[in-house]
Amino acid sequence: IGIEMPTFASPSVELSSYRDRRFKGSAGELQRLLRTSSTLYVGNLSFYTTEEQIYELFSKCGDFKNVIMGLDKIEKTPCGFCFVEYHSRSDAENAMRYINGTRLHDRIIRTDWDAGFVEGRQYGRGKTGGQVRDEYRTYFDEGRPRRDERYQR
Amino acid sequence: MSRRRPHEEEDGYDRAYRKRRRVSENQEIEDRLESLILRVGEKSTSSLESNLEGLASVLEADLASFRSKILRILTDCAIKMPEKCTIYTTLVGLLNAKNYNFGGEFVEYMVRNLKDSLKACKWNAARYSLRFLADLVNCHVISAGSLLQLLDNMVDAAKEDGVPQVRKDWYVFAVLSTLPWVGRELYEKKEQSLEHLLVSIEVFLGKRSKKHHAALRVWALDTPHPQEEYLDCLWAQIRKLRQDNWAEKHIPRPYLAFDSILCEALQHNLPTILPPPHHDSYQYPMPHVVFRMFDYTDCPEGPILPGAHSIERFLIEEHLHQIIEMHHLERKDCAAHLLNFPYKSKIPLDYSIVEVIFAELFHMPSPRYLEIVYGSILIELCKLQPSTMPQVLAQATEILFIRIDTMNTACFDRFVNWFAYHLSNFQFRWSWEDWDSCLQLDPEHPRPKFVREVLLKALRLSYHQRIKEMMPEPFESLIPAKPEPKFKYAAEGAGSLPGTTHAHKLVVSIRAKCKPEEVLHVLKDLPNSRHDDDADSRFNPLKIDVFVQTLLNLGSKSFSHSFAAISKFHYVFKELADSEEAQICILRNMFELWNDHQQMMCVLIDKMLKTQIIECSAVANWIFSKEMSGEFTKLYLWEILHLTIRKMSKHVSRLGRELAEARERLRHAESDSDESEDGDGEGNNNSSKHGISGVGDDHEKPSEDMVDRMEERLEAAQADQKNLFLIIFQRFIMILSEHLVRCDTDGRDFNTHWYKWTIGRLQQVFLVHHEQVQKYSSTLETLLFTQDLDPHILEVFHQFTSLRA
Repeated sequence: IGIEMPTFASPSVELSSYRDRRFKGSAGELQRLLRTSSTLYVGNLSFYTTEEQIYELFSKCGDFKNVIMGLDKIEKTPCGFCFVEYHSRSDAENAMRYINGTRLHDRIIRTDWDAGFVEGRQYGRGKTGGQVRDEYRTYFDEGRPRRDERYQR
Repeated sequence: MSRRRPHEEEDGYDRAYRKRRRVSENQEIEDRLESLILRVGEKSTSSLESNLEGLASVLEADLASFRSKILRILTDCAIKMPEKCTIYTTLVGLLNAKNYNFGGEFVEYMVRNLKDSLKACKWNAARYSLRFLADLVNCHVISAGSLLQLLDNMVDAAKEDGVPQVRKDWYVFAVLSTLPWVGRELYEKKEQSLEHLLVSIEVFLGKRSKKHHAALRVWALDTPHPQEEYLDCLWAQIRKLRQDNWAEKHIPRPYLAFDSILCEALQHNLPTILPPPHHDSYQYPMPHVVFRMFDYTDCPEGPILPGAHSIERFLIEEHLHQIIEMHHLERKDCAAHLLNFPYKSKIPLDYSIVEVIFAELFHMPSPRYLEIVYGSILIELCKLQPSTMPQVLAQATEILFIRIDTMNTACFDRFVNWFAYHLSNFQFRWSWEDWDSCLQLDPEHPRPKFVREVLLKALRLSYHQRIKEMMPEPFESLIPAKPEPKFKYAAEGAGSLPGTTHAHKLVVSIRAKCKPEEVLHVLKDLPNSRHDDDADSRFNPLKIDVFVQTLLNLGSKSFSHSFAAISKFHYVFKELADSEEAQICILRNMFELWNDHQQMMCVLIDKMLKTQIIECSAVANWIFSKEMSGEFTKLYLWEILHLTIRKMSKHVSRLGRELAEARERLRHAESDSDESEDGDGEGNNNSSKHGISGVGDDHEKPSEDMVDRMEERLEAAQADQKNLFLIIFQRFIMILSEHLVRCDTDGRDFNTHWYKWTIGRLQQVFLVHHEQVQKYSSTLETLLFTQDLDPHILEVFHQFTSLRA
């Protein structure tokens, strides 16, 4: 169908290909939750991005219940992601439309649907405590320094 | 411009697009037809004319089997793709030439669409239908005479008595906006009737009230660009078009290539169409002011920006607004489509786009979409056109800054928000030195205030050190304070404060994870400076002081810490502060601790409202209290007021919705024995939760009793809402009257910066919340905005009422 026709299902709001492998339930259930969720995962944050900055940016799309900062499992310090729980799905959709792919703290941040926060999911799943993606990264990222990089002078 | 979002105007037809496809040959053919029709006019290897010719033949062949589907698709295209109007009218014209009956059916279908849209208050759809019908005259499908009759009937609505002016305005606007398409044809075929129509319109325009104009202007002055009332502007543009003998060069007219075929066709006469009579429930679009910030002198060498009164300007702007309407859900597509504007070589496109986007951002009373929609589209535009767009945007910012002294307060706020957000996406790079002359001005002057407020917003999106480093030295006085708590009980001189010992004891207890009751115990013997004469004998200001400041300081690490603290000791808050006075005391103490961190105060107040520690009325009274007069013109304080009003409005709306739903289910249950449609999802039995659709028990039919109780709750909430508005407006009146009287006595000019900000804030409350305030208009008029009030203040109220008059 021609792109001129405004439709409800717009690409910005669609599910990405990521699926949480630790989700307890069937793939269908996960899909259903993702399609109705009003919780967003926010990634590629700097370790120094604060809850306050998240609040300021994400409130531009609506009110939310909660922000849960992602923490290093060992250090309990921010490790570059968070969850934003909006009250309504349509507000979360607007965040997907207008915040995903824009900058916070000079970094392009990514938002994605999340099935819903569950205790424990605020921790990085990498072996060293942070996010898995940081363990495979080969380049230096000033905003997401690995533990050994932090002590480099 | 209608405030309604486009998907509210759909008739549900495009839901059918997404239904699971039944595998059948017929379905495949239908889909192919649909695709062909939708795509006509897009980039193609063949010419538009040959595509239209080919498509017309294909459709003619399929009319027998797919008549109704084709009718619906074409009608839908007419309304949903107004910028392709002339393409589809040509197609209909060709079909009519081949099949007179089909032409007649289409006209009937379109007429029904127009009537339905008018009855359903779908104003844009109605206007596009009308325009389509008008253009069909150019394609020899409809007779000029019958169209003129329709236009006359529409303009007759302007002669009705006892109807809102906005109704008459809309009908005249709809008629005027068809004339660029069909003016020439009407002039050639029915010159006298056309003249007569125009005279009727002119008479109406001369008589209409324009009180609303002042409320909807972005700038108070008309230099360098007048901000015209929208109907006045369009009328001037049409008059100029008439002067040019209706020679209009902008609209593409594919039907001209088919003239020989089309003029052989038989025309249809429109049936009599009368505007549906006014009904009190009808909501008409509000008037607006045409936003102009550029003229041709602002643009560099190249294609010229059409003049303010040229019809081209109207058509281009309307088209750009339509693109935004169509694509606002996909910001990248939106930017791409804007830059792909079909006639971009004829105009300085970047300037037109920027002007149109700011027009929407600054639209009064409120922008059509969220502010971030415009901010993010501008960012995409800069990405797609990095060599020109950023410069145009910088030029626009400069222009807006230069003219900021006369910008209305609501737009000032939006400009601040937008600029800080935009800079945050471009490493906060800006040539601040260019603006250093603003440092010589009174700090309350809009220019230095703008810089200060932008930096405060930028601070929220980054951090203090960054802001300090990015500003040139002279701007030091405008840099915000470091957003830290000021805990007096651990500061120098704490020893002499009456609450210090208890504060320290409290810190120890809370850190030891004590229970709320323990807190009350620690505070127990703090003296009460107040006499136990009045109602709230529990109110002990010192207890509140020690508790609030100590607790919030302990939670100062982050918002989450503060929220956890409030949650854990919610009971103590409720015990200590029952009356409004006590609640205001909480706010005062929060302010004492956190006044350097505006964002923290906003979120804390939001949380305390949500958890019902404080009432909306307490916040309102606190904002207007003498203690806060030093903060009165700061943006964050109004952020707090508006979030408070919004919370109340949301609460009332939700209760109203729940009541309506419950009544509906009750009616279903009572009317027949059949089961009504089952509710889906789990029953949510806590209707005070912030749910997506807070609904009572889904599985039970509501009892009369339940509905009664919901009604009571709604009435109570509405009373609270009314009370809140009364408090706010009364305080405004008091504070403004005081100022005016004092200036009068002292022989001073009243028009100080403070006065301008304050009256701007009053205006902003009316406009931002106009839908809610409207409900209480007559009470406000009777109790507060009476004739004996100072005319300056009364004027603001009258401008507000004129918006829907």
